[in-house]
Amino acid sequence: MRPETEGQLAELVRDAAAPLSIIGGGTRLWPGEGQGERLDMTGLAGVTLYEPEALTLVVRAGTALEDVRQVLAAEGQMLAFEPWGRQGSTIGGVAAANASGPRRVQAGAARDALIGVRFVNGQGDVVRNGGRVMKNVTGYDLVKLMAGSRGQLGALTEVSLRTAPIPPVAATLALADLDAAAAIPALASALGGPFDVSGAAWLPGHGALIRLEGLAASVKARVADLTARLSVFGTVSEGDPDAWSLLRPAALSHETWRIVCRPGEAATLLAHLPAPSSLDWGGALIHVDLPVDCFPELPPFSGHARRISGAEPLVVPAPDPITARLERDVKSRLDPRGIFAGAA
Amino acid sequence: MIQMPPPDASVLAQRQAIVQALRDALPGAVIDDAAETRAYECDALSAYRCAPLAVVLPSTTEEVSRLMRLCHDLRVPVVPRGAGTSLAGGSMPTEDAVIIGLSRMTEVLEIAPGDRLIRVQAGRTNLSVSGAVDGLGFFYAPDPSSQLACAIGGNIAMNSGGAHCLKYGVTTNNLLGVTLVLMDGSVVELGGPMGEGSGLDLLGVVCGSEGQLGIVTEATLRILPKPAGARPVLIGFDSSETAGACVAAIIRAGIIPVAIEFMDSPCIRATEAHAGAGYPDCGALLIVEVEGTAAEIGEQLTLIRDIATRFDPIEFRESRSEDESRRIWLGRKSAFGAMGQMGDYICLDGTIPVTALPQVLAGIGRLSRDYGLSVANVFHAGDGNMHPLIIYDANKPGDLDRAEAFGADILRLCVQAGGCLTGEHGVGIEKRDLMSEQFAPADMEAQMRVKDAFDPDWLLNPAKVFPLEVSASRRERRLNRPADAA
Ligand SMILES: Cc1cc2nc3c(=O)[nH]c(=O)nc-3n(C[C@H](O)[C@H](O)[C@@H](O)COP(=O)(O)OP(=O)(O)OC[C@H]3O[C@@H](n4cnc5c(N)ncnc54)[C@H](O)[C@@H]3O)c2cc1C
Ligand SMILES: Cc1cc2nc3c(=O)[nH]c(=O)nc-3n(C[C@H](O)[C@H](O)[C@H](O)COP(=O)(O)OP(=O)(O)OC[C@H]3O[C@@H](n4cnc5c(N)ncnc54)[C@H](O)[C@@H]3O)c2cc1C
Repeated sequence: MRPETEGQLAELVRDAAAPLSIIGGGTRLWPGEGQGERLDMTGLAGVTLYEPEALTLVVRAGTALEDVRQVLAAEGQMLAFEPWGRQGSTIGGVAAANASGPRRVQAGAARDALIGVRFVNGQGDVVRNGGRVMKNVTGYDLVKLMAGSRGQLGALTEVSLRTAPIPPVAATLALADLDAAAAIPALASALGGPFDVSGAAWLPGHGALIRLEGLAASVKARVADLTARLSVFGTVSEGDPDAWSLLRPAALSHETWRIVCRPGEAATLLAHLPAPSSLDWGGALIHVDLPVDCFPELPPFSGHARRISGAEPLVVPAPDPITARLERDVKSRLDPRGIFAGAA
Repeated sequence: MIQMPPPDASVLAQRQAIVQALRDALPGAVIDDAAETRAYECDALSAYRCAPLAVVLPSTTEEVSRLMRLCHDLRVPVVPRGAGTSLAGGSMPTEDAVIIGLSRMTEVLEIAPGDRLIRVQAGRTNLSVSGAVDGLGFFYAPDPSSQLACAIGGNIAMNSGGAHCLKYGVTTNNLLGVTLVLMDGSVVELGGPMGEGSGLDLLGVVCGSEGQLGIVTEATLRILPKPAGARPVLIGFDSSETAGACVAAIIRAGIIPVAIEFMDSPCIRATEAHAGAGYPDCGALLIVEVEGTAAEIGEQLTLIRDIATRFDPIEFRESRSEDESRRIWLGRKSAFGAMGQMGDYICLDGTIPVTALPQVLAGIGRLSRDYGLSVANVFHAGDGNMHPLIIYDANKPGDLDRAEAFGADILRLCVQAGGCLTGEHGVGIEKRDLMSEQFAPADMEAQMRVKDAFDPDWLLNPAKVFPLEVSASRRERRLNRPADAA
């Protein structure tokens, strides 16, 4: 099914008798997703409104992420949260996945840039929330609820986003000798000072990576100050500016795990894991490839680990019973018939 | 005039028994004496008042949980309260409601500079959160003007903003987690590292839910390293239109200052009379603040000066010292106080797309003439969050009604321009009945279903946010169901 208008989509959902799987580009489905009949969102495409001087973009959910990038770049702007995607990834998929890249430490996640949504709920009703202005506390913030909801609450038809200017200059610093665990205190030191860091990551073969962006003189001054500060952790050199695009688990192994933790917990977790494929957000995000069904016993930590490839969905630790009950209730109230089965 | 639903007669009839049950549950924390509950009759929307059934001041999450379970079982509505600075009537009680106030819950629970976070009890004031990490070189970014008084729990409930949110975002962008007590007394942790839990973003919908989904007892907040320095410039223009065009040009040039504040001439004149900050007498002025090291500040200000020059500013005043910076901010910070000197006022906070600024300001001017009431504009221009202040005389019969009608028309104008009713103060009771201007029935139905999931009996702050007729069937459902224990 590939509706071309919101009205058609609403009708489809109203008439649906069995679960549907909402698919944008289908470029990053999680285990367990994509089971029902496919509801292809790419028919709902195109920019509705773009006001660069108001930093506002309103776009239909099935629009290709690449198209959005081009429209913004033509005006010297970007999506500050740096979403990742492949040929075909859609902006609706980005919003529904809360897909957020390295700049999250500075500019926030997709959910922070998302200022409005339109979606069709499980009963086929069109719901609007938020709008096109960046400050808005009118009624409940269902925009945040929809961000990252992975198609479980409704099908996004249109999203409004706050855009940002592309910084004129970027510099990458590397501490090439540091392993993942040793990188964490260096990243914390950079993020803990007045350097306006816009990326703090670790990659095998690159070591610790730190990015600074902004006006030319400012970047130059911060590079000098930060280099001095970080020299206690090892040799600071110029890093590969292309490394930032390698931070994603591009080719998923049999089992890729995504772990979110406090940076201060990361070193302990890493001690229980094989070498990670990347660290991001100053150590708060760990990606690691594991053999099938080999997730190790981890000491208690304040975040969670999710298997993002593999046969079955799995989250460790399982959500507490009250959170699980609230999530179930919210889902069943927005989608009483369970039309948007989604992932577990 | 804003209406409230009639109180639940069965609750009022049980008054003594309810107060006694609260006392038994939490000795030494219950206030029901009429002289003492008066302090809780209203918030900063002080034209509307009502004494609550009782006030309880717990000290721990466990105590909040115990009280909530009790009120739940007795079917008594609860109104959460922080510092009572809401401008929307969010924390105003009803006669049949118990206020659970967090003023005793002010502890810092954890500071983790390496993880760039602080965990506090939710009754702690906004400013004292920054105070707790100041010595470590950090600060908490959202800075509502009420920050000396208002509590973090209230900030979370209202998703409050501040002057610096153009760069740092509002509360929701700086909130990593909460401990939430639900109406039935159950306690849940939402959020996590980076503000992310493993499932739906329930934290995101709790933030801004105006105390209707649960009571926040603890909060984990993102803290940021303090910038090396900050410097404001003051730019005066001949008209509001020119000032608005200059804001758009600055943003269009790729510069995002930490703050762009706007004042129109009625506001400038009033604050000059009151605070004597030395502002130029002109059509409108901007205060633009930039941050960083001296070199960074210089670089940004050069660009801003180049842009501003294209708009023939009457004055471009760059601060060269701490004292000059303070003087530039002085008038802006005393603007509300100055308005208070001119008479009683209603402060609105509708947001508009910044591109609609000239058109909306002109519309407000027309309405001001039609209603015969003066209005001053002072607001966060970078994000379009307006703050029209309508001056009226509370002692003049009919003046409040007229001012409210004028305010409602301004908010309609904001919605028509593509904006919204409230950018940071919240809906409360004040804008409750205007919600239908912005939302279709299905939009509000979806929001109310979220409340159904958290508070199925609609006991928590029930008469707020949604127009009374829209929430009536849900609120009245409870009245037809007997209490468990009473
Ligand atoms: C190489 C690669 C690396 C990636 N790495 C990361 C990463 O590190 N971090 C990260 O956060 N993301 C990552 N992603 C995810 C990706 O950026 C987003 O998920 C998004 O771009 C996928 O878009 P899509 O249109 O293909 O979505 P799909 O793969 O089609 O769908 C993704 C999810 O969103 C739902 N969905 C899609 N469209 C809608 C809609 N209109 N309404 C409601 N629900 C919808 C689907 O049901 C599904 O649950 C990566 C993707 C790729 C291809
Ligand atoms: C002079 C002045 C200036 C102001 N400036 C700004 C500004 O710049 N920006 C801005 O955004 N606002 C501003 N405000 C509005 C107000 O200060 C904010 O809304 C503030 O967040 C309210 O906090 P509070 O602790 O006083 O909450 P209260 O007024 O006590 O309560 C506000 C709402 O939150 C709920 N609530 C309170 N605590 C909790 C809790 N722990 N858990 C769940 N719900 C809770 C209440 O039920 C109520 O609905 C200003 C107000 C004044 C009087």
